[in-house]
Formats: sequence, C-alpha cells, structure tokens
Amino acid sequence: MIHLNEPVRRYDVIVVGGGHAGVEAALAASRLGCHTLLITSNLDTIGKMSCNPAIGGVAKGQIVREIDALGGEMGLAADHTGIHFRLLNTKKGPAVWAPRAQCDRIAYQMYLKSIVESQENLVLRQGLIDDLIVEDDTIKGIITNTQHAFLGMAVILTTGTFLRGVIHVGDCSYSGGRLGEPAANSLTARLTKLGFDIRRFKTGTPPRIHKNSIDFSELHTQYGDEPPCFFSYRTPSTFHVEQIPCYITHTTLKTSELIRKNLHFSPLYSGKISGIGPRYCPSIEDKIVKFSEKEHHQIFLEPEGLSTSEFYVNGASTSLPEEIQQKIIRSIKGLEHAEIMRPAYAIEYDCVLPYQLHSTLETKRIANLYLAGQINGTSGYEEAAGQGLIAGINSAHKVQNKSPFLLRRSDAYIGVMIDDLVTKGVDEPYRMFTSRAEYRLLLRQDNADLRLTSKAYEIGLIGSEQWKKVQKKKELIDFEKKRLRIIIEDGQQCADILKRPDVSYDNLKAANTDLSIEVKRQIEIQIKYEGYIRRDLEEILRLGSLDEERVPAGIDYHKITALAFESRQKLSQFLPDTIGQASRIPGVTPADIVILRIWIRKGKHRSTC
Amino acid sequence: MEDTIAAISTALGMGGIAIVRVSGLCALSIGDVIFRSARGKVSDFSTHTLHFGTIVQDNAVLDQVMIAVFHAPHSYTRENILEIHCHGGLLTAQAVLALCLQHGARLAEPGEFTKRAFLNGRIDLTQAEAVMDLITAKTNRAQTVAMKALQGNLARRIELIRGKIMNVLVQIETCLDFPEDDIKTQTREELNTALDEIITQIEVLLRTRHEGQGLRSGVLVALVGRPNVGKSSLMNALLGRERCIVTPISGTTRDSIEDITVIRGFPVTLTDTAGYRNARGLVELEGVKKTLQVIREAQIILHVLDVSRCYSEADRTLANLVSRKRVIYVCNKIDLFYKIRLPSWIDAEQVVSVSALTGQGVDILRKSIGDALPSEDPYCKLDIAINLRQANDLKQALDSLQQARQSRQCTLEVELFAQDMRLALNAIDAISGRGVTLDKINNIFSSFCIGK
Repeated sequence: MIHLNEPVRRYDVIVVGGGHAGVEAALAASRLGCHTLLITSNLDTIGKMSCNPAIGGVAKGQIVREIDALGGEMGLAADHTGIHFRLLNTKKGPAVWAPRAQCDRIAYQMYLKSIVESQENLVLRQGLIDDLIVEDDTIKGIITNTQHAFLGMAVILTTGTFLRGVIHVGDCSYSGGRLGEPAANSLTARLTKLGFDIRRFKTGTPPRIHKNSIDFSELHTQYGDEPPCFFSYRTPSTFHVEQIPCYITHTTLKTSELIRKNLHFSPLYSGKISGIGPRYCPSIEDKIVKFSEKEHHQIFLEPEGLSTSEFYVNGASTSLPEEIQQKIIRSIKGLEHAEIMRPAYAIEYDCVLPYQLHSTLETKRIANLYLAGQINGTSGYEEAAGQGLIAGINSAHKVQNKSPFLLRRSDAYIGVMIDDLVTKGVDEPYRMFTSRAEYRLLLRQDNADLRLTSKAYEIGLIGSEQWKKVQKKKELIDFEKKRLRIIIEDGQQCADILKRPDVSYDNLKAANTDLSIEVKRQIEIQIKYEGYIRRDLEEILRLGSLDEERVPAGIDYHKITALAFESRQKLSQFLPDTIGQASRIPGVTPADIVILRIWIRKGKHRSTC
Repeated sequence: MEDTIAAISTALGMGGIAIVRVSGLCALSIGDVIFRSARGKVSDFSTHTLHFGTIVQDNAVLDQVMIAVFHAPHSYTRENILEIHCHGGLLTAQAVLALCLQHGARLAEPGEFTKRAFLNGRIDLTQAEAVMDLITAKTNRAQTVAMKALQGNLARRIELIRGKIMNVLVQIETCLDFPEDDIKTQTREELNTALDEIITQIEVLLRTRHEGQGLRSGVLVALVGRPNVGKSSLMNALLGRERCIVTPISGTTRDSIEDITVIRGFPVTLTDTAGYRNARGLVELEGVKKTLQVIREAQIILHVLDVSRCYSEADRTLANLVSRKRVIYVCNKIDLFYKIRLPSWIDAEQVVSVSALTGQGVDILRKSIGDALPSEDPYCKLDIAINLRQANDLKQALDSLQQARQSRQCTLEVELFAQDMRLALNAIDAISGRGVTLDKINNIFSSFCIGK
C-alpha cells in the first residue's frame, strides 16, 4: 500500500527508461531547468544499442543532425565513440546524403552515462516501474515494483521493448525486455485500464559472432571515409578517430535451403509470434521466403567495438532455434567456421498506438503523461532519440507554463515523424525514410543547423556561442549568394554558372577561397536546388496556415453528418489538434476538411429543424 | 453543410410536373410538417419509396403531389433527400419551395446538390463535372461523352496514369532510401520507356480537349463576304429554314444573326454578318465593327463569294482579316454566269461551290465544315473530352514529367527526378479531386444550373 501523504520527493519531470529516447528526454528536461528523475531498470545499460551498433543512415542520419542542432546528445555521443564513419548516398544529390557511423557499443553507453551522471538537475535511479499514479486524468507519479513511489508533475514513458516483452528463440520463449534483462510486465495493464489502445509489435536482432572465427580473406572490406563525416556541428573537424573496417559477404544457396527446410521451427512462421514486425528490417527467413528468386542476400559484418571481439552479423536477424542459427551462419561465405557468441532472437512487446498523442507527445487521455520511442510504435535509436528530445522539451514547457515546442513537417524530419505518428498512426514499426518527407530537398543533413539552431537557442538548449556561429555562417552564405548574382563571368551570372551540373564553387574565377568548405557547399546546394526550393517554400506558405488553424476540443464528429461516415470515425479516433493534422489523416478527404472548417467557423450556429 | 438545401430541380416554365428537391439533415422532418398522407409521416417512410399525398400550408391544401424519399447515404447527395413532384407550372412549385424554405431549408446555390455528392464522397471531381456536361449537352455526341465520364471513364484512365507514375516513383524512392541494399533498380532505358508511356497517355488525354471544347461551347462559324453575295440565303440553306431576311437589296443584314445547327455531333453556331465594304452610313459602320468582332471569335470562316461578280479589293481585305483562321471559300450563285477568277493562292481544296438558291452543293459545304471541326481521330474513340480545368492539371503533370525526363538524361541527381515525379503525381491527383483546394471546388460548382 502506498501512502501518498507521506513526504515523498516530488520531481518536475520523471523519465522512465534510460535508452535513446529516455536519455535525450531527461537531458532536455533537466537542461531546461526542470528537477528531473531518470529511472531505469538497469543503470549499466544507459544508452544501450540493443541491436545494430550503428547510429545514422539514410533519413536517420538527418534526424541525428537535427537532434544535434536542437542541443541533443546523440550526435556528440556517436562522434566520440564512432569507429567507422561513412557518408551514404553520395552518388546521388546532397538532399539524400546521410551520415552513418559504427560505434563502440560499450564506449557509447559509458559516454552517455557520464553525461547524464554529470548533468545538473538530473537524478539517476535504478528501479522497475509497476504502476502509474493518476488523479483526475492527470499523471501524478510512478510506483516501482518495490512499492516505492516517486511523484512528478510530468512523466515520460520510454519503455522500448520492455512492456510485456517476450523473447523468442525457436520453440523457447520467455519473458524479457532485452537479452539478459527482465521485462516490465505490470505497466501495460495499467495503461489498458486508463483506456489506451495497445498493440503488440515484434522486432528481432541477429547473432553476434567471434572475430577470430571469421575467414576475412574471402570478404569484401569496407573502409570508413577519411576524413570522417561527423554528426555534431559541435565536434571540431580536427577531432581524430582511429577507424576500423566493416566487411561485406552474402548468403549462399545452402543458406536458402537450410532456412526453407527449417521454416516450421521459426516462431514467426509457426504462428507463435503474433506481433507485427518491421517490413523494412526483415528477418533472414522473411527475406528467403519473400524474395525467393534472389540467390544471395547481402550480409554486413560489423565490429561491436574496439575492446571486444564480437561481430554483429547485419542482415541475419532470425528467431530460428540456436542449432539451426549455427548452421545458417556457417552457410554464409567466410563464416564457415564462425562461432556464435550471442544467439539471434525475436522480441514481442507492447506499444501504445500513437494516434492517442498530441504533437507534443503528451497523451490526449492523461494530462502530463508523455510517451517517446518504441512505446509509440517506432523502431530505431534515432527515431527514439528525436521523440525523447521533443517529449523532454515539451514536458519541461508544460511544467513551466510555457507554450508547446512543435516542429512542423517543413521544419525537420523529427516534425515529419511526429506528424506521421499522430495523424496516420502505425500498423508496423515506424522507421524514417526520406520518402516520407514531402520537403526532402529542404530537410537535408547539411542544413540542420541553419534550420533549427535558432529554435533551440530561443528555448535555451543551445548556447549563444553556437548560435552566433550559425548566424555568422548564415550571413556568409547569404552575402556570397548575392555576390554571385552580381558577378558576371563569360557573359553569365556566376550563380547561373554554378547551376550547371559539372560546376562546383571552386571552379568559379570569382570564388572566395577564404570561405569554409561547409559554407561553399551550402552555396552550391542552395543555388543548384533554387527552383525546387522556391516551389517548396511557396507550398509551405500556402499550406502552413492550416496548421495554425486549431480544431476546438470536444467536437462530436458523429454529429457532423455531412462528413462521410469513414471520416467521422477517423476524426473521432484521431481527435486532431489542427486542421492541418486533420487534413493528413488517411481517409479524410479535402472535401471533409471544407466541411469541418465551415462547421467550426459556424460555431454553435445550427439551422433549426 | 449542416443545413438543408432546397430548389426546383426541373426547368422553369410550363410542364406536366415540377420537382422540388430537398437535401440535408432536416429534409425528412420538413416533409413531416408540409406533407399529409393517409399512410403516415414522411420520416417513417422507408428509403426509395414513392407516396401520394398533399402539401399543406396553414391547413389549406397547396397541391396534390407524389413524394420520393431517399435516406442517407443511399441518395444522390448521400444525405436525406425528399423529392416533391408537384403539378407543373411555375406558381405551384414556387409555393412548395417557399414552404420548404419557411420550415428551415435554405435555397440551394447553383450546383449545390452535385457539390454535396462530391463533398460527401459519392462521386469524384471528374464525375461531378460530367453531371454538368450532361445537363448542358446540346448534341448526342456531347451527351454520350458526358455520360461516359459520369460512369468514371475519365476517372479510371486518370487512375491508370496515376498508378504508372506511382510505379516509377516507388522505384526511385526505394533506391534513394536503401543505398546499401542490393536492389535491382530500373535501368535508364526502362525508366525512359515508362516515362514516355505516361507522357504519351497524358498527351492523348490532352488532345481530347479540342473535342471537349467543341462539344461544350460549340464551334462558331462566321459567314463573311461583300454585300449581297448571298450570305443570308446560304445561312438559311445551311439551317434548312428561313432564319434571315433575304432581299435583292444589298446591306439588308446590318446586325449579326446567329443560329445553331448540328454537324457531326457538334453544336455549330452559324453567324451571319453584315456585308463587308467601306461603310457609308453610321448603322453600317456599326455593322462592320460587329463583323470584325465575330471574325475574331469564330473558329471557322465561310468567305462567301458571288461567282457572277469579280474578286474585288474588298474580298482581298477580308481575306487578309481572316488569314489566320480556318477559311472555306464558298463560291455562291453557281446557277448564274461564272465570271469570277480566284487568286492563285487560294487552294482548290478550300473552295466549295454552291447555289444557296437551288440548294446545289450545300451538303458538300456541310461536309467541308464537318471536316474543319475537331477531327474524328483515334482519340475520339476514347469517348473522353476533358474540360479546361482538367486540361490545366494534365498540362502541369506533363510539364513535371517532361522536366523529369530531361533531368534524368542530363544529371545524376535522382532526388530532383523524384521531386518532379512527386509534382506530377500531385497534379494528377488534383484532376480527380484528391488534392484539390477549396476555392477551386467552389469555382467548379458555381457554374452549375440551380437544382442539380
């Protein structure tokens, strides 16, 4: 029995979970001046990369740079602990370039742990959460499995795969939040009781093998870029990294045969796993079954760190029994003698369908309760961290009576992601893609600082020094762009010459050699994309007002009979905050939006029957 | 959209019956108040039923009517609909309409019933526009095309094009988002072939615009020529009735006279003009001005010549005025002595000889006019005739696709190609109304006649 009138410590913000979402949330809230508690079931696994020891990638790398521009920690952590850096997609245009790094898993955890431990206003505590304290549809605190209560003005849940997590390896399945860690088994019941719509998702991870058991002579070696492309705008370019390579190999016909023969052992195919997995990150058995015409599937071998011999077998995620895993791994070229150190497994877990969230990531049902990361049905460290940051900022703002901090679809990938979550919901684990962003040419990894630094500076997550640096950069770019419009070379404006595909800034006779590489790149990109960007900006201006138009709370959509029946249902389910959000709910047509706007404008006016 | 709308849906004027249509939430309850029947209340009637009764105002019977009841969503507008079939004539229907308005309905705006059908998702935008085309169709051909569009002929074709654009886009987006997966992507040739196919299909649809314009607005044919060459007689001959006053005195026609005939399924508006010469009186000066304006608006010019008189300076001036138009030289009065010598730059194929008096050659002239109308090319077989709005959206899609094809050829920047494909997709979506903006919707529907 909990006695709430006993003197208990009262926090501004309580963050439950210490993964990628939890860390960013706790750091943001405490840095914004909130007395913050970070409580996690194991203080040794703060910032743990449960799956691939890599940060970034296409669209994800953009998110990391956005987190960094907003004052988050992920970019710095990856830069400090990265052991293999690559800029992806460089054969295509800069809008889709994306940084990615393999990181030393343990070093990454240690780095983040030291950051949170030394953070002012932030208290760390080990504990497993069993229950929530809710009064008048408002969250008041949390209760641990040892019946200890913590009171807080706002609570952020970042439970990852721990909510009723069940690990599957072949026929065996057992409760667990991650390999070797206990699941949080009581919280779901509480969330269900509060009325939340819960869904079961599934994900998986490949085996780890011993470095000495790999025959590297057969493998294609992939080296990191030199100089490395860092994530953080705050990491000095002189920062030195000793990089180590990754390796590429592929499955064989024997692999396919083995998997087909043993498919009935897979809990995925035997029907034992009912949770929905990510289509974009399929298990090896899925790949073989769904793409049977392919003889080989690519496998990346990635080092887990400098101080360990474990290698991550990227592309071989599976939930087959261990002895079959061993055979499968050994059917891969170069892994004929590989020793598995940790088996692959699939994990099922609960998530809260995200249509139940405001754009601040506060739940619509329970005030001051925020959700971030995998609990919202997303997958990926970067997606989680981005949400953590937004939930952290907004919980702090709520506690401090400040206005919400929102990123629009035209501001950032983080804005696209959250808008997708709250207006479209999820029917499989949500991963970010550049194709999800309608303003892809604007939301680039190279301009995250120009897009977001001033927003972070305004709320106090970025210091004036960094802000001034970015302002200066902006000025240099604008000045130089204007100059290139004035200077004529060979009868043509320099700006027009630069638009030609084969011309770079340094090819111009008028080039200013004093400018930094980043500034030159910005000028090139901004001028080359000019026409497209202008069109985008016009559209943003045109559609932007819809996101300012608020939908009053408490509308009974079923009363708006002019709306198509499906739209009434969708709107009642999603309860959009703005007309813009409403317009993006699938199944809601432009016509419905007209009706809704007229209805709202007319207010209480009704014709009499 | 909460309110209930009402209007007289049949044409105004004398007729056997007139229909007052009421649509909206309160349609049935309005029926309860104004309709009396031995069989009970309107709101108790099941959907799609017809009932006899009286319309009652202040306990006095206004009219004996049949009413048809439709329940949402199984109705034209997807709302509750009441159709009151009153006795014809203006006054009765208007009194019934006034009664509906008195009980809470609002007078429908032009096209509002169809607008609601669209807004409530029963039809897409191309179908809504087809309704308007159907109502205003002047010829069988126009009626056929409109009906096909209402059945979704155009919508399906647009959907097909959309699917193809989507296909290309998905490939490109996949290669942008998964650089490290060894995905088999389309080769440049395959991509170009796919793009060309889409472009061709859009161009085919765009070409139907020509016919569409003809079918909707009709084709304007102007009869011009010197005074007394027989323009008015020719017009009468083409119409097959006496429309113009014909006298042997030159300059009888001082104003332009129009009438419509149907040639090859197109409504053809014939306009007779005042004879062209140096104006002598004020009235004639006005006539000449009017003639010049008609020439500007006309798509086809019939330059009428009198074979019994010489090709004159005035004919030459006229020829210059109409040089940019499709011209047919009509040599009239072939029943008389042949005196004219046509200038050599007139192509023999442009000349038709007739006698408006005897009717000789008039059918050949009709055929020549028919040949000058929007061509009966393979596209007409599509039974599609797009309108201006659809053409504009298609053109936008075409622009983006051509831009995409170009960017694909000269640079490696796939993301720009993808951007153009996305824009093309948006433009295609606008045609069916998927991504259409509000002001556009209102524009489209305000051109409807009231009641539909």
